[in-house]
Amino acid sequence: MMGELFWILLGAMVVNNFTLYYFLGLCPFMGVSARISTAIRMGAANIFVLTITSICAWFLNTFVLPYAPYLRLISFIVVIASLVQIVEMVIKKVSPALFRALGIYLPLITTNCAILGLAIFQTNRGYGFLEGLFFALGGGLGLTLALVLMASIREASEVADIPSLAKGMALVLIVAGSLSLAFMGFAGLLSAT
Amino acid sequence: MKQTTPQQDFFRGIWRENPVLIQMLGLCPALAVTNTVENSLAMGIATFFVLTGSSLLVSLFRRWIPNEVRISTFILIIATFVTVADMGLEAIVPTVHKALGAFVALIVVNCMILSRQEAFAAKRPVGRSLLDAFGTGIGFVIALVMMGGVREVLGNGTFLGFSVFGSRFEPWVIFALPPGGFLTLGFWLLILNWFEKRRADRAKVRDWPDGVAEARAAA
Repeated sequence: MMGELFWILLGAMVVNNFTLYYFLGLCPFMGVSARISTAIRMGAANIFVLTITSICAWFLNTFVLPYAPYLRLISFIVVIASLVQIVEMVIKKVSPALFRALGIYLPLITTNCAILGLAIFQTNRGYGFLEGLFFALGGGLGLTLALVLMASIREASEVADIPSLAKGMALVLIVAGSLSLAFMGFAGLLSAT
Repeated sequence: MKQTTPQQDFFRGIWRENPVLIQMLGLCPALAVTNTVENSLAMGIATFFVLTGSSLLVSLFRRWIPNEVRISTFILIIATFVTVADMGLEAIVPTVHKALGAFVALIVVNCMILSRQEAFAAKRPVGRSLLDAFGTGIGFVIALVMMGGVREVLGNGTFLGFSVFGSRFEPWVIFALPPGGFLTLGFWLLILNWFEKRRADRAKVRDWPDGVAEARAAA
């Protein structure tokens, strides 16, 4: 059991990385990966929301959706969006420091495709409560890893001599392609088990 | 609110403000499911349907949607159409539906659709919103097929299932895999940047005689 959970975590984190393999959460990956410090905060906020989402999705899947499967998408998005809103208010009240650190990222990532993607993948694969939790944790850590890697490369590339044609998004995409290529090397990890 | 003509509303989204290639919206489906032309077309048409339907509804109800909860309302409308598209695809083309997997459901969080509702459909009459949705939707399909064409030809040696290079071609598998998505879009952007730069340079040359006259006058 423990081993299986570990492989779910590792699989979501590096082997099938959310951003570099499934293309989930590309908006923050492109948008807020210019500085390492913001990338880390964005990653932390993502881990947090993903964990909440996983619990929500498990609850909906177990208690509500067997009776109304066609409401799956609508209920996922409504429940996740409102819960994040509530959590944001609670954090603001309880821990202003944490609120300042996560700040605007919390509401932003509610509409991030990684969140809904996690809920749907978890449902399609039939994960239970613990498995879903580890999947969310791995996915969030993987997102953070990809964000921080990208931010480090972009910080370094700022002083590099880049052809004017490639400046901006084209460079980011080609670097992301190389990163994705590198992460494909981890594919051997899962098949080894 | 800037005044635009119906022609502008329609043609703007197709190329000049293409959602994927220029505005960089809706990247998740544009990269994830474009490994073959067939999948790209299916995803493009599904998104086109959702975009048109949501624009129509949002524009119809724009006077009754309260400003404070407009985003949630848009999302709900979009999610309804996505559910319809999801079930429709499953019924009409089950194999393609299987290949697209979770990404059909993920049309809900395609920021391109939400941005058209927020920026256009929520403020304009029905006819204009539909024109805008048609234009943007066609632009999205074009961008997806541009991605899918390159990736299928290089990654599989085929186009829409028909062999392009004959049997002696060794498929460049990486283009059908995730890294190929990033690289293909990156190279498309490079090519478009090059065209844009060339156009700007030519415009400069055209303006040059005036510049000479001004320089002479100043001297």
